[in-house]
Amino acid sequence: MKNNKRVFFLVPYLLWIVLFVILPLLLIGWYSITDTNGHFTLENYQRFFGSGTFLRMSLNSLWYAFLITLFTLVISYPAAYLLTKMKHQQFWLLLIILPTWINLLLKAYAFIGILGTHGMVNQFLQLFGLGPVNMLFTNFAFILVAVYIEIPFMILPIYNAIADINPAVIQASEDLGASKWQTFRYVLWPLSWPGVESGIQAIFIPSLSLFMLTRLIGGNRVITLGTAIEEYFMTTMNWNMGATIGVILIVMMIVVMLITGQRKKGRTRK
Amino acid sequence: MKQRHLGARLYLIVLLLVLYLPIFYLIYFSFSSGQNMNHFQHFTWEHYQTLFNDSRLLAIMLQTLLLALLSGLIATTVGTFGAIAIEAARSKREKSSLLALNNVLMVSPDVIIGASFLIFFTALGLSLNFGSVLLSHVAFSIPIVVLMVLPRIKEMDATLIDAAKDLGASSYQVFSQVLIPAIMPGILAGFFMALTYSLDDFAVTFFVTGNGFTTLSVEIYSRARQGIDLEVNALSAIIFLVVLIGVLIYYFLSVRSSRTKHNRRIGVKL
Amino acid sequence: MKKLLWGISAILLVCLGLWGLSNKLLQSSAASGNHKLIIYNWGDYIDPDLISKFEKQTGYRVTYQTFDSNEAMYTKIKQGGTAYDLAVPSEYMVTKLRKAGLLEKLDLSKIPNRKYLGKNFIHQSFDPQNEYSLPYFWGTLGIIYNDKFVKAGSITSWNDLWNKKYRHNILLVDSARDIMGLSLASLGYSMNTTNTIELHLAKTKLDNLGSNVKAIIADELKMYMIQNEAAIGVTWSGEASEMLAANKHLHYVVPKPYSNLWFDNFVVPKTAKNPQAAYAFINFMLDPKNAAQNAEYVGYATPVEAALKYLPKSVRDDKQFYPDRKLVKRLEVFKDLSKSKVQEYNDLFLEFKMYVH
Repeated sequence: MKNNKRVFFLVPYLLWIVLFVILPLLLIGWYSITDTNGHFTLENYQRFFGSGTFLRMSLNSLWYAFLITLFTLVISYPAAYLLTKMKHQQFWLLLIILPTWINLLLKAYAFIGILGTHGMVNQFLQLFGLGPVNMLFTNFAFILVAVYIEIPFMILPIYNAIADINPAVIQASEDLGASKWQTFRYVLWPLSWPGVESGIQAIFIPSLSLFMLTRLIGGNRVITLGTAIEEYFMTTMNWNMGATIGVILIVMMIVVMLITGQRKKGRTRK
Repeated sequence: MKQRHLGARLYLIVLLLVLYLPIFYLIYFSFSSGQNMNHFQHFTWEHYQTLFNDSRLLAIMLQTLLLALLSGLIATTVGTFGAIAIEAARSKREKSSLLALNNVLMVSPDVIIGASFLIFFTALGLSLNFGSVLLSHVAFSIPIVVLMVLPRIKEMDATLIDAAKDLGASSYQVFSQVLIPAIMPGILAGFFMALTYSLDDFAVTFFVTGNGFTTLSVEIYSRARQGIDLEVNALSAIIFLVVLIGVLIYYFLSVRSSRTKHNRRIGVKL
Repeated sequence: MKKLLWGISAILLVCLGLWGLSNKLLQSSAASGNHKLIIYNWGDYIDPDLISKFEKQTGYRVTYQTFDSNEAMYTKIKQGGTAYDLAVPSEYMVTKLRKAGLLEKLDLSKIPNRKYLGKNFIHQSFDPQNEYSLPYFWGTLGIIYNDKFVKAGSITSWNDLWNKKYRHNILLVDSARDIMGLSLASLGYSMNTTNTIELHLAKTKLDNLGSNVKAIIADELKMYMIQNEAAIGVTWSGEASEMLAANKHLHYVVPKPYSNLWFDNFVVPKTAKNPQAAYAFINFMLDPKNAAQNAEYVGYATPVEAALKYLPKSVRDDKQFYPDRKLVKRLEVFKDLSKSKVQEYNDLFLEFKMYVH
């Protein structure tokens, strides 16, 4: 009786796991070790590891992801900390979350106008007599827009972690004569680490797949792993090579998860 | 102390300005009669008129909403069932492996989800249309629903169910009159998250859509690839207005009811 | 629980309403009736006045739907969801559609106006007997430059793109065949080469262009060139004519030694429900006066030679858009290559993009 009931609940869920979690992963693995005719081959991996182009592209995109995560963290951490000190925290928080509900593509589209040769930033610079700076289609533009988009996703987990810290602990540290830096380094930072960690996880890997930004803002001059996968699947129709890069991205993802530790927290896709 | 507060507020205000700047920039130029986002010509409602006469774009908006509601509904059902099944797991190992599988899609980058689903649908011989997009949105929304509902089931007093059974309730009665009401807040939160995931998604839809079906994100992307079109600006103004109204209603409702408990929830997504 | 069920029903009801409403909206933009002609064409690629004129003359109701890439159009025709009566693919796509058995043989006796087509534009290699297709517009691949940044007349050949002066100043169209093709042409190889060594040499040469490239983008190239965002762009003549109309500092050249000649063509898909209407429409569009009106509206070059005399002199004498026979002879039309060769072009182009820095 009890079993029957469990089966009733379990079946749709298991069906989902098998069809949409396990099977797609197996298929992507299978595609990566076959050629376009479906025969087994390791050629795709040979091509990836054998040519400097792919390795350079991978290193580049890891570097970009690192920079994006770093800048986001540096901007977000103080913001999250200060938020916990404010009155009407819920209201401030809501203000920070609100832009995330505006479609990502719309925000990227806005930057096409802002960063252009005659856009807002350059008009602003010209007030100070600085000539138009070429910003659109640079690495800088790509990182800027990516950081802009990710900031709220970093602030929230850190805010939650800091808000959970018992203020008495900070108080105690200060009472015991610790300097501000010491309090931060030995008390606040370690205690807020779980939040930082989920922030990093919510940003590092997803920032590898911002192919719409590399195209609209980076002008295809920045090719990340995600862009490469999208290109192989949607433009060149070489799904096997795309799947190979996909497998490599999955492996990297697992490595990142292992490095940042595997505590289960409310973390997110996106 | 007072001064630090001022500095804190200043930092947050500057950050918020930066977060909102692109959005306001878009809205500002939606009233410009020009063709680009460089110089404001004179005030006009023209782009809003174009928008409201663009029956294709309006239909896409409705379809995007339909997709979100429908996929949210299905994902919430399957996810709630899944959470119940996970909680009823017989062994710890079974539970943790189910949870691990649940989280795979939470941490996977969008391109991987999109690419693997594309392979999956092709392998099954399914054509790409509204159906494939709906299935994908259901699939990537299920894990977040599970994560929202699971804590509620855990918190629930197990004796409640026993008591109901002792009082002679049938298993359907236990389910509908004890279990569901107790986990209702979790279900609602899950549904809400599934909605935002669906409305937010670009990358996965981009891979699995076809046969003329598009969502708003994909449409904005293809329009952005044609260059600046101030109709898109008008669209973003409307979206911003809708989101703002929604958030304000939510804020005042939640301020009126229990103060913090509920609000925390939105933070979990992000 | 009751509340929950109510909630679910309410959501389903809303869904039903949304579905109905969106369908209604989509249908209101499509015509209905028995005398229907469904045209599948590129966006903004016909003078809408001509459609009304055709409707008035023949009594057919025209539904005009658009696509933005040959590949997207191919997928939709193959899928057969909509019964298009007439489509306008580019030349290599005509071959692909034909090979896939998706095209109806044209009944040329129903299209007498085909006699107005110029000799250079019929009997092309992709359809030697014009059994399946007739040209709609044609054009070239070339370089557009802005005389604010580049001395007028200083760009004449593909090799000029490699000049160190133009660092970070060139916009390229995101199209594998065209960009690989320009590199091949600059080396003197065929733009349809299947020789792997030549392809790799072309790719290596492209890599050297990398530091001059500002961006590799799609249709937004037009907007950026008009806004003086870059000095040089590589694009198609039709796009270029629109840019020239919007910014008088821009100039278009068909570079030496040779370039690509492309055609967009009328075809009738196998799924067509009303091929008679399609023939009537093709015939209508090949009428010299109509063709001239359309060419003036769209800004592309018409293959209807008899239409030229109705065009303003400044247009038909513009050597950049209506190159003389000698130049046209030098231009190369893309052939439909084997799947694995297309793959090779695509993959090399993608690797070039990874290399741009």
